Amino acid sequence: MEHKRLTLFAGHYGSGKTNIAVNYAMLLADEGKRVCIADLDIVNPYFRTKDSEEELTERGITLISPRYANSNVDLPALPAESYRPIQDHSVFGVLDIGGDDRGAYALGRFADAIKAEGNYRMAFVINRHRPLTSTVEDTVEIMREIEAAAGIRFTCIVNNSNIGSETTSETVLNSLGYAEAVSRATELPIWLHTAEKSIAEGLSGIPVLPLTLQKKYFDLPN
Amino acid sequence: MAERILMKGNEAIAEAAIRAGCRHYFGYPITPQTEIAAYMAKKMPKIGGVFLQAESEIASINMVYGAAAAGMRVMTSSSSPGISLKAEGLSYIAGSDVPALVVNVQRGGPGLGGIQPSQSDYFQATKGGGHGDYRMIVLAPASVQEMASLTIKGFDLADKYCITSMILADGTIGQMMEPITFEDTEPTVYEKPWALTGTECKRPHNVVNSLYLKPDELEKKNFERFEKYAEIEKNEAMWEEYMMDDAEICVVAFGIASRIAKNAVVEARKNGIKVGLIRPITLWPFPTKALRAAADKVKSFVSVELSMGQMIEDIKLATESKRPVSLCNRTGGMIPTPDEVLSAIQKAEKGDI
Repeated sequence: MEHKRLTLFAGHYGSGKTNIAVNYAMLLADEGKRVCIADLDIVNPYFRTKDSEEELTERGITLISPRYANSNVDLPALPAESYRPIQDHSVFGVLDIGGDDRGAYALGRFADAIKAEGNYRMAFVINRHRPLTSTVEDTVEIMREIEAAAGIRFTCIVNNSNIGSETTSETVLNSLGYAEAVSRATELPIWLHTAEKSIAEGLSGIPVLPLTLQKKYFDLPN
Repeated sequence: MAERILMKGNEAIAEAAIRAGCRHYFGYPITPQTEIAAYMAKKMPKIGGVFLQAESEIASINMVYGAAAAGMRVMTSSSSPGISLKAEGLSYIAGSDVPALVVNVQRGGPGLGGIQPSQSDYFQATKGGGHGDYRMIVLAPASVQEMASLTIKGFDLADKYCITSMILADGTIGQMMEPITFEDTEPTVYEKPWALTGTECKRPHNVVNSLYLKPDELEKKNFERFEKYAEIEKNEAMWEEYMMDDAEICVVAFGIASRIAKNAVVEARKNGIKVGLIRPITLWPFPTKALRAAADKVKSFVSVELSMGQMIEDIKLATESKRPVSLCNRTGGMIPTPDEVLSAIQKAEKGDI
C-alpha cells in the first residue's frame, strides 16, 4: 500500500474513524515507519484514540491527545503538540478528526499547512448502516458540510459499512454498490474497505484494511 | 425482518421518539446526551416537527409542560445537573397529570461532577427530585435496542396513565453503538379529552393546573393520584431474570451495570458458583415481586451500581431484609470491571458480607 505523509480520517460521527485511524497507524508502524497519531476530536468525549494508548505506545507510536480526553470535563481544547504531525515532516502523521462538520472545524487551523505541503490523503469514512448516512444523497450532504467546515477537500473514500457485532462478509459485499455510488456522486476513488480482522480474511478481490477493534468489557456475553 | 441499523444509544432514543409520534422536542445541550438534540435538530424540520433549543433547562421543561397540556407527544432530554434544574417543572407536570417523556443520560455527581457515566441519579428519579408527593415511571435501558423500545414504551405508558416517563440511561449506553431494528408499527394514539385544544365554543374549558385553593381538594387529588400509582405498581413492573432457576446468589443490577454483571455471572458459573441476575427494567415501579420471590430461594443479594449504593435500599425494602445484601460499586464516572463484580460474587458465596 502506498502511503502519504499525512492521512486524515473524517466523516459522520460513529462512522468508525477512530478505530480505523488507530489500525492504520499500527499498520504504518508495523512497516517500520515513525508514526504520530493525533486525536483532534473536539466533539465526542467517549470512546477515543486514547483508549488504545497501550497498544499504540507498545509499537512506538506517538499519541497526541487532548489533555482532557477521557477525563471528567468536556473541554474541546487541542494541545499545542497537535501541530507536531503537521510540522514535523520526518514522521507519518495520522489525524483522527471529530464527527460531522462540527468536529471538522478543528481541522481548519491546520488546513493551509496541510495543503501547502501537499502530501496528504483525506479519507471520508462512510457506513451505510448509520441512520443519517444510509442513502447516497445524505452521505454526500454530510461530506460537503465537513469539507466546508474543514477548509479542505476529501481525496478518497473509506467504506467502513458495518452493523457492529453482526457484521459478516455479506455486509461488506452488500455495501460495495453504495460505496461505488458515493464514489460516482463525489468523483472520489474508493481507497479502502474496512472490516474486522476475521471478516476481512474472508474477503478477496477488494482492498481491505483488517481492523482490530477496541475491546469493551460491557460487551454482552455470547 | 426489518433492516438492522447501527445506532448510538442517544440516536436510538431520538429516532424512537419520532417513530412514536413525538413532534415536539425542547432541550438544552449537555454532555453526554448531545446526540439526542443533534438528531432532533436534523430530523424534526424535515418531518414538520419542532426542535427548539431553549434558553435554559428550566425553560425547556416548561415548554414540555405546555405542549403536554395541549395533548402533544413531547419530550426533553438532559443529563444529571440539567435534570436537577428541570425538577420544578417535573413536579408541576406531575401535579397537573399530563404525560411527558424525560430522558436523563446520567453523568457523575454530585454538583457539576463530571461527564463520565454514572447511575447516581437513582434516588432523584425514583424518589422525587422535585417537590411534593409524586412518582414518575422510570425505565432503565441496558442496550441500544432498549433505548429505542423503552422510549416508545415510555410514551405509551405516559399517555395511558397521564404521568411522566423517565428514561434513566447513562453516558455509556448513550454513547455506545449497537445494531438495532425498528418494528414497522404505527404509534398507539390515546384519547386526551382533558387537553387544551381550543373549545371552539362547543365544550366547557379544560383546565390544566397544579394549584388547588382548598387543602381538602388538594388532599383528595393526591389520594386519587396515588390510586393511579398503585395501579401502575400492580401492572407495569418489568424485569429480566438471568440464570435464576437454581441461583443461590442473586446479583441485582440495571442499565450498563447489568451488562458487566452478566459477564461476571457467566464467569462465576464457570467456577461452579450458582449465581443469577435480576435486572430491573422499571426502577419505578420496582420489581418487588421478583425480588421477594428470590429472597425465598437465595442466600444473599449483591447490588451492582454506579453510585454509592442507592438501589440497594429498594432491594432491602422489597425483600424486607430477609437476606443480606452486599454492595459492589464504583462511582464518579468509573465503571466496575467484570472481575470486580466476580470478586463480590465470590465473597457473597463464602458468606463474607
